[in-house]
Amino acid sequence: MTKLKICRRDRSLTVAARNRRQSRDPQGAVGALLLAASIAIAPLSAQTTVIRNATIMTVTKGTLKGSIVVKDGKIAEVGEKVMEPAGAKVIDAGGQYVIPGIIDCHSHIAVDGSVNEGSVSVSSMVDIKDVINPEDIAIFRALAGGVTTANILHGSANAIGGQTLVLKMRWGKDAQGLIFEGAMPGIKFALGENPKRAGNPQGGRGATVVAEARYPATRMGIEDTIRQAFNEAKAYKAEWDTYNAKVAGGEHLIPPRKDLKLEPLKEILEGKRYIHAHCYRADEILMLIRVADDYGFKIRTFQHVLEGYKVAKEIAAHGAGASTFSDWFNFKVEAIDAIPYNAAIMQKYGVVVSMNSDDAELMRHLNTEAGKAMRYGGVSETEALAMVTLNPAKQLGIDNRVGSIETGKDADLVIYDKYPLSDFAKVQKVLIDGNLYFDRDQDVTGRAARQAEKQKLLDKEKQNQQRQQPPRRPGA
Amino acid sequence: MKSLAILMGCAVAAWAASNDTFVIRNADVYPVTGAEMKGVSVLVQDGKIADIGAKIVAPKGMRVVDAKGLRVYPGMIDSGTELGLEEITSVRESVDTGELGEFMPQLRALVAVNPGSEHFGVVRVNGITSVMTFPSTGGRGGGGRFGGGEQQLISGQAALIHTDGWTWEDMAVERTAAMHLLFPSIAGRGGRGGSPIPDSVLELISGTAGASYTQARRTYEQQIAKLNDFFDQAHQYQKERAAHAPGFKTDLKMEAMIPVLDGKVPMAVSAGRASAIHDAIAFADKQNIKIVLLQPRELGKAAAELKAKNIPVILGRVLALPETEDDAYDQAFTLPVEAYKAGVKFAFGTFDNEFVRNLPFEAATAVAFGLPYDEALKAVTINPAQIWGVGNELGSVEKGKWADLVIATGDLLEIQTGIKHLYIKGKEVELTNKQTRLYEKYMAR
Repeated sequence: MTKLKICRRDRSLTVAARNRRQSRDPQGAVGALLLAASIAIAPLSAQTTVIRNATIMTVTKGTLKGSIVVKDGKIAEVGEKVMEPAGAKVIDAGGQYVIPGIIDCHSHIAVDGSVNEGSVSVSSMVDIKDVINPEDIAIFRALAGGVTTANILHGSANAIGGQTLVLKMRWGKDAQGLIFEGAMPGIKFALGENPKRAGNPQGGRGATVVAEARYPATRMGIEDTIRQAFNEAKAYKAEWDTYNAKVAGGEHLIPPRKDLKLEPLKEILEGKRYIHAHCYRADEILMLIRVADDYGFKIRTFQHVLEGYKVAKEIAAHGAGASTFSDWFNFKVEAIDAIPYNAAIMQKYGVVVSMNSDDAELMRHLNTEAGKAMRYGGVSETEALAMVTLNPAKQLGIDNRVGSIETGKDADLVIYDKYPLSDFAKVQKVLIDGNLYFDRDQDVTGRAARQAEKQKLLDKEKQNQQRQQPPRRPGA
Repeated sequence: MKSLAILMGCAVAAWAASNDTFVIRNADVYPVTGAEMKGVSVLVQDGKIADIGAKIVAPKGMRVVDAKGLRVYPGMIDSGTELGLEEITSVRESVDTGELGEFMPQLRALVAVNPGSEHFGVVRVNGITSVMTFPSTGGRGGGGRFGGGEQQLISGQAALIHTDGWTWEDMAVERTAAMHLLFPSIAGRGGRGGSPIPDSVLELISGTAGASYTQARRTYEQQIAKLNDFFDQAHQYQKERAAHAPGFKTDLKMEAMIPVLDGKVPMAVSAGRASAIHDAIAFADKQNIKIVLLQPRELGKAAAELKAKNIPVILGRVLALPETEDDAYDQAFTLPVEAYKAGVKFAFGTFDNEFVRNLPFEAATAVAFGLPYDEALKAVTINPAQIWGVGNELGSVEKGKWADLVIATGDLLEIQTGIKHLYIKGKEVELTNKQTRLYEKYMAR
């Protein structure tokens, strides 16, 4: 009976998600797939959980000592005194800290195989969704570092890169089960050294020998590549708009030919797809803002954006977010003016700033990266915490669901043993959609058993091999 | 009487003029080697710590630094960097680590240290006053990671340097603090990011992976043989040199090996896996040399051996991924507490110029995962000083030592602590760098 209910609820949810999706999903197939998948992975979160005796850093409503009630995967109540529903599962935080699940706006984990489609400079037809590997151990490790949501992007080999995907770190689920349902689709752009590298025979860091130089080879060429693409996309959109208008007027026409490279760009022009643009230098950041102005679209986030502080006013005026590293510098020429005060300066000028990892290791302690925003430039505690929770949620357009501890939001919660913006803190428990996905105590106590199981498997494999191979003769 | 007054006047003038004589007042001193002292003074004379105590009266006219509510710590020491030898990671022209050649003990990292490197200013503002700078991070010669050259075995001499000075001679604390050996290994050497598959599993894989394992094993054995040959030659050279053998010719490579053979300079040996560490220890025993282990990625059974032989260890980055897929997620975070429990003496190294400034945060992570706090603090101060042979000059706030001091707003290892003053050999170093200048410039845009 309960199960039926869950199915029905999820079905209606999924239908809603499907309807939302179909408006921008040309094939409609993805929606159908999602429908099937969602039923299979319906989160059994009917359970009610109370996190009691916690220091709750809500991000939006200050810090309080109290409890959080979680119902059906959502935060039902937060307060100093709450109504604890009978039969609820109780987690006693023992005074420890609870923060919203950490959100990483720039990650390459859970991607099966190469992260770059390097053959073309406009690779908008490729999609991270096709290469999700739900068994990547990096998902579990990120989870153990308090990350509950991550924006997964292609590499930065192309001026216009592939389609991105927002995942929740639901370790153990299949690829569909990881997808953050309803998140806005995105696309990666890249400026500067990386996308021009394939045009330079000498290459540079991480370059491979290219048989034939690929346009562009300069920052000038990168601008041109993007303009050319949007020039095409604009014409393509006009073709479709004309067609749709005529069909709406009752005409019967053959539709224009669908172009998988231009479809995502058309979606950008329609405001249905976010651009996450990899960049470093101030000149290229400003260039992209002006290209966007000319073609009438918006950059959702500048990624890395190490010289963002030099054009913070322009970024703020455009309305773009900035997702940066806390303190990386000098690893390449375009990072020589990188400063750890970048986040603080951009924030001062009104940019929504987040701290990202771009790295499976750094991803595991983004809380300390937030702490660095306080160290370098004196960002307030709440603003710093927002840089790894609410701000990346805003940048990904999912702040109605995650990013703060508020009634009605997803119960994506992290419990730290100590003040979480310190390097002395570690993650104890992580909940996603109200389900406990990581528990340090359980992980530690389970290690001996897992090691024993592994040893058994190794021994078995050794025996198998010995059976298959004839014994070696002495002296042979 | 008059002459005394004149004398005193001269003395006052001398104090006022010299920039390495002053007194810090009202400070909470964390000497590392002893219990903290609240509200005391530290007298610094001619760059050295002359006295510490509650009752120090500063001579009239001496510069006074009021440290009310602040803490005084010894400057931190990073035991594994390439500072001064590498400016921009991706630009070969700015990188001087990883020379060509398999056995290059005559190379000195010190002479390639660029005192004008932006990196020094960046690490200073976080309280790092000395670093070990190595001639190689490992891997290949010919510009290291840029590919080319053969695998290096002995990469050259590492120097212990201060993070400030007019010239590399000024900066040198210990010109040859160690000889760097990259110990051969079957799967990856010092540092993380080698093979994700443990040896025990590799052996079981048939096909290409198995074949490459067999090949790797053969290469490994060849390298060990070469290494032993090189040491045998060095021993032979030493004998001939001592005996003034007829026809004896000076060989710079061999000359550089003599302090190692004499036990005056330790061999800093990069070895990652427990098996490689075990082999490295056996090698050191056989050649009768003193070693310091660099960047182990696991300790396992090797921990007891290290303890038994009194071999100190430089732990690499704490904030690192586990060695293999099956390892616990916190494997690198807990390696320091594992070393501590085994009774192994250790210090921390970041082994990456971009992240040297995060040394205190690496140490704090080890504390979060079980290492006693005091041990973490020692591992960035007194332990490295002792390991690199300068335990009576640096590494703690004690009488007679260089005044390498940090005045901080709170716990030295805490990410949110601010550094207020920094002294190297008693000289105050400005807490500014290119990054702080850019900050000020663009905050005022």
